[in-house]
Amino acid sequence: MIDQEWAIILARIQFAFTVSFHFIFPAFSIGLASFLAVLEGLWLKTGEGVYANLYRYWLKIFAVVFAMGVVSGIVMSYQFGTNWSVFSDKAGPVIGPLMAYEVMTAFFLEAGFLGVMLFGINKVGRKLHFIATCTVAFGTLISATWIISVNSWMQTPVGFEMGTNGQFLPGESWWPIIFNPSFPYRLLHTVLAAFLTTAFAVGAVGAWHLLRDSQNVGARKMFSMAMWMAAIVTPIQIFAGDLHGLNTLEHQPAKVMAMEGHFESHPEGAPLILFGIPNSAEKRIDYAIQIPKASSLILKHDPNAPLAGLDTIPDENEPPVGIVFWSFRIMVGLGFAMLGVGLWSLLARLRKNLYQASWLHRAAVLMGPSGFVAVLAGWITTEVGRQPYTIYGLLQTSQSVSPLDAQAVAVSLIAFIVVYFSVFGMGIWYLFQLMKKAPEAHERGLDGSPTRTAGLTPAPAMLPSLPSKGASL
Amino acid sequence: MIDLTIVWACIIAFAIVAYVVMDGFDLGIGILFPFFQVGEDRDKAMNSIAPVWDGNETWLVMGVGGLLAAFPLAYAIILPALYAPMIAMLLGLVFRGVAFEFRWRDPSHRPFWDGAFTLGSIVATFAQGIALGALLQGITVQGRAYAGGWWEWLSPFSILTGFGLLVGYSLLGACWLNWKTDGGLQRQAVTYAGRLGIGLLIMIGAISAATLTLEPQYHARWLSFPDVIATAQVPLATIVVTWLFYRSLRLKKDVQPFLWALSLFGLCLVGLAVSIWPNVIPARVSIWEAAAPHRSQVFMLVGASIMIPIILAYTAWSYWVFRGKVGTEGYH
Ligand code: HDD
Ligand code: HEM
Ligand code: HEM
Repeated sequence: MIDQEWAIILARIQFAFTVSFHFIFPAFSIGLASFLAVLEGLWLKTGEGVYANLYRYWLKIFAVVFAMGVVSGIVMSYQFGTNWSVFSDKAGPVIGPLMAYEVMTAFFLEAGFLGVMLFGINKVGRKLHFIATCTVAFGTLISATWIISVNSWMQTPVGFEMGTNGQFLPGESWWPIIFNPSFPYRLLHTVLAAFLTTAFAVGAVGAWHLLRDSQNVGARKMFSMAMWMAAIVTPIQIFAGDLHGLNTLEHQPAKVMAMEGHFESHPEGAPLILFGIPNSAEKRIDYAIQIPKASSLILKHDPNAPLAGLDTIPDENEPPVGIVFWSFRIMVGLGFAMLGVGLWSLLARLRKNLYQASWLHRAAVLMGPSGFVAVLAGWITTEVGRQPYTIYGLLQTSQSVSPLDAQAVAVSLIAFIVVYFSVFGMGIWYLFQLMKKAPEAHERGLDGSPTRTAGLTPAPAMLPSLPSKGASL
Repeated sequence: MIDLTIVWACIIAFAIVAYVVMDGFDLGIGILFPFFQVGEDRDKAMNSIAPVWDGNETWLVMGVGGLLAAFPLAYAIILPALYAPMIAMLLGLVFRGVAFEFRWRDPSHRPFWDGAFTLGSIVATFAQGIALGALLQGITVQGRAYAGGWWEWLSPFSILTGFGLLVGYSLLGACWLNWKTDGGLQRQAVTYAGRLGIGLLIMIGAISAATLTLEPQYHARWLSFPDVIATAQVPLATIVVTWLFYRSLRLKKDVQPFLWALSLFGLCLVGLAVSIWPNVIPARVSIWEAAAPHRSQVFMLVGASIMIPIILAYTAWSYWVFRGKVGTEGYH
């Protein structure tokens, strides 16, 4: 029995570890693929060399990110079976087809056109190459759609029937399953998150190079584009997050109680706890700094509306409050910090010193990793907040696990940790090497790799070059 | 009415065949990689698969994702049973997948990533071979779950199938290089293909003989009258295809040896199907017991019948874009 409990804990750690690592890469490649499509589109439209150079600059980075996304993703498709086989048996009839659709409509699409996108520009011509880039970008979005649908169904399961053998079976129609109640909110919030993650990473690279050479045309362009994204998308994301929270309040109230740190019910309006230290043993928040009635105002749009707390939930059905409380605050805090940078950039634009504002650039460099941290914090809120269930309210995590012994899971967990940290650590180091180099007027293609075909050293007629250094935009 | 369970068994089988046909050769190149000269030859070998490996590997995801969707019970039993080989395969694939990018990014560590490429390919292939052997030799099942131990997959037979697959994929890799490269590398590939062909025949013989002793059902399928009249065609065809394979090598054909080598693999898979049909977990769980409900099957079939032809079309297109012999400088 002890062994079984350990096996569950280890299996959960292993799943959380592998999926968190996986998601870091798609969060970047979903955004980068769209960014590349925009760059290539602008290049085709305006013929300005700066776009072609930025395209080639970020393509090299994209190739590395994408490769890591793929290999860590393949691991995920096996994790369900190796670690959560009971869950797979029971939920397979419902979630399996959705994931099969992901493979058929997204993974093949991305992989099929990726080769042409990376290596094919001289083979297929510009138009077709642009189509390949757009297809890959579109593929990443389709991919996100299906997998988020799967995850959302596990959070807000509807549209199924229970089979006599204990399986969840699809009902009459697939629409309610695919478009389950939390799906639209989660999809919107996650895709915007991927765009923001990319915007802040790109912005940090631009800012870093501007700090060194404020005349670099490529750095200027990417910084400016990233800051538009920051200024426009962050407010939308915060709005979407708010809607997402309201939806969660409706379907998974215990999760919201944990996020808010509401151990007690508040019949006359609940306070918004900004900070404090959750004390699960005593069931209270120590050293709480709070705004009276603000939580009811946000969640119910009425300062005096009653809000139930975790005291209404049986102890064994409560999620771990500490993790959810903190991860939620990290995400929201970063969201507002992003908003701050976005507004600051607008101000700098008004003052016409966007490319000289070195404190803004420093802030942008500092915020480079913010998207990745926010995304992980968000997922931890989501996933830990739905505990103790894998299928919310219906199938407990402890009932989902494979019949494995703790040793096997421990050994494989250690193997994953060692391999992921070393391989992806190296990969991330290569990314830094690529980003450390300033974008150049004659940016090379995927250097040394198969793109180094004769025609790919940018031929002047085909790839108009940048104006030389010193020219303004 | 058509039995959708059989249709889905065929689709999954198709995905596995597609996987072996496409990823087999690029894993094989990984296995043979250390034997190629550092520099030009290695770059050529790598370039010949760089644009397509991701698509090839997606068939593996299709196979396992399809299994979860169409036969969830089989997925839920097989993966825990094959826990160690599966994890090993995944880690192998991690190494070889990133090596495609990393070796170009970091010339000073290229020997290291080339090594990772080879080691990853060997581990992934060996693990797949072991998985196949473990499945054939039988899995302990109780109720709806795997009930064996952590090491059940390990046996002389599964080790044998592991080596069998190493030889087989290497053969595919050598034939692919014969097709896609020229000069010294091509000559080297032809030599390897000739030797590996013999190796594969020995392996096929040994594995087939050992398989007959594993389950009464296999024995009955292959050796009892009148089934034997039908099943004997498989070994006979193997002999004919082998002859054609060596003839095409001798005639210095580019494409044909690869196609004949694939046919050899195809025959092995037919043999496999003959042995285990109609079970997914040999002698334990039939495809009907493991099948997803009708509604799941119908829903996916709609998608599969539209998407699979489209996938095959654009996959063919991307191979077409990168047709012809590859040079160190990419495609000419
Ligand atoms: C750049 C990333 C990012 C940023 C800045 C934010 N979020 Fe977020 N959030 C995510 C990235 C994310 C995510 C990773 O995409 C999650 C995890 C699961 C999901 O649906 O989205 C998430 C989950 C998530 C949840 C959990 C929903 C559930 O599990 O049911 C809520 C309530 C919010 N977010 C709300 C917010 C608010 C009010 C924000 C305002 C500052 C905010 N998020 C900023
Ligand atoms: C990609 C971003 C994701 C991250 C970072 C993430 C994170 C986590 C974490 C931290 C846990 C452990 C929670 C705990 O055990 O206390 C977990 C569990 C789990 N998640 Fe996610 N998750 C992500 C996406 C998904 C998706 C898309 C799915 C479904 C398709 C999913 C399905 C599960 C399952 C089945 C478990 C195991 C049961 C459990 O322990 O809750 N996750 N995830
Ligand atoms: C537990 C859940 C998940 C599983 C089982 C999974 C599975 C996979 C697999 C098998 C691949 C490789 C595809 C290939 O061979 O080309 C992959 C890549 C990818 N996944 Fe995931 N994934 C999960 C979570 C997510 C989430 C939450 C997102 C996005 C919201 C996502 C987005 C992507 C994208 C865009 C790719 C393409 C590669 C890349 O962009 O880096 N995945 N995933």
